[in-house]
Amino acid sequence: MAAVKQVLLTPLFENNPITLQILGVCSALAVTTQLSVTLVMCIALTLVTAFSNFFISMICHHMPTSIRIIVQMTIIASLVITVDQFLQAFAYEISKDLSVFVGLIITNCIVMGRAEAFAMKNPPVISFLDGIGNGLGYSLVLISVACIRELFGSGTLLGFEILPLIENGGWYQRNGLMLLSPSAFFIIGFLVWALRSVKTEQVEAREYRLAPQSKEEGSF
Amino acid sequence: MSSKDSTSKTLTVAFFLCVICSILVSGTAVLLKPRQEANRVLDRNKNVLSAAGMFDALINSDEEVDQIFSRFTPRIVDLHTGRFLLDAELEALQIDVESYDQRLVINDSNYSEAIPRQQDLANLKRRVNYQMVYIMEEAGELDTLVIPVSGYALWGILYGFLALEGDANTVKGLAFYELKETPGLGAEVRNPSWTGLWPGKQVYNDAGEVSLRVVKGAGSGDFQIDGLAGATLTSHGVDNLIQYWLGEDGFGPLLADIRSSRGGR
Repeated sequence: MAAVKQVLLTPLFENNPITLQILGVCSALAVTTQLSVTLVMCIALTLVTAFSNFFISMICHHMPTSIRIIVQMTIIASLVITVDQFLQAFAYEISKDLSVFVGLIITNCIVMGRAEAFAMKNPPVISFLDGIGNGLGYSLVLISVACIRELFGSGTLLGFEILPLIENGGWYQRNGLMLLSPSAFFIIGFLVWALRSVKTEQVEAREYRLAPQSKEEGSF
Repeated sequence: MSSKDSTSKTLTVAFFLCVICSILVSGTAVLLKPRQEANRVLDRNKNVLSAAGMFDALINSDEEVDQIFSRFTPRIVDLHTGRFLLDAELEALQIDVESYDQRLVINDSNYSEAIPRQQDLANLKRRVNYQMVYIMEEAGELDTLVIPVSGYALWGILYGFLALEGDANTVKGLAFYELKETPGLGAEVRNPSWTGLWPGKQVYNDAGEVSLRVVKGAGSGDFQIDGLAGATLTSHGVDNLIQYWLGEDGFGPLLADIRSSRGGR
């Protein structure tokens, strides 16, 4: 049980895929202007990561090393297409808003990163939970970013008016920057800063000092 | 070399992986297709109705769409002649009104053509010659006409519907259903407080020229719409698409016919 709890909870703060591993930042910029869209994206990514970890871990002993990455990509791509099809059938409006970003889960570094780093070395069930945990870690950051961006950019949360906008006869002057992608960079930057101030062990060693290799693989 | 790295094992794994994944993908695609199609049609019908001001997502539910939409009849207009196509002509062109999706035939030269540059006010490059419009009649008289409009704005093409009153001159509403504009700036073309400026405006002056314009700052009178603050290029895009689709090369001739048959108002 302790192992399950650890696999599920460490990706939330201690080993968060976005703030510590700095993975999957691209989609964090693109889909966080509206909370409802973000929630769907988080569910989609969590499911894809969990199931790709599960299937890859299941067949990792039969996976020929020469085509390992291709096999992983094929599994991930099939899962992403399936999720996309379901969204188009059951959440059409949101799938229109997400447009290409569902398809781009295929290239999301978290999915591939967890498949390589965890699922290849662990049994299926624990790998599945690792996928859920990392999906939740991703979701936690995305949802915080989306709350800030939607609240200050549009004055709403999940489409409900919280701060009445001047355009609609209220008092709040929207912050246009929040609706543009760079604001997500700033917010994620502040989150990383805040998290590393509390958990000082996450602060990376200075580059000019000879430092031991970081435990996690970095990526774009 | 371990047994899992042998050539035959590699080929076997690759083969089974491909078979299983393709079954998964094609299976979901085929099973969910009817639902996705229904969603697409529902979405289009909703957009037509919201342009005509007959559907509001905050008040109406999706179930009501079919019932309200049944008051409209889709018709196909030939932009070259400016009149509705008859059944025989539709058959010759292999157009089935129920399933025709004009956005799918934009690159099919049987249905569409390149727009000469000097006429291309809306920067579209190509257009479909057979356009689906939606008409609603009340007591045998045209009551509402909804036409598709599109045009290039800042980041991409705006797609929407413009609804006109039966006099083919008074705007009933405008709704964009697909755009790539900046949220909070250009994407405000979907804000109800801006689309609310359109109903009641006039399109043509006494000489029959398109006079409806989106102007910078505050508009006045029957022919002007306020431009969007901070979204000059999107406002230009909307202005351009109005000039093109309501002008001579767009639906102008059809609308002129309707106006003259109504007693030259």
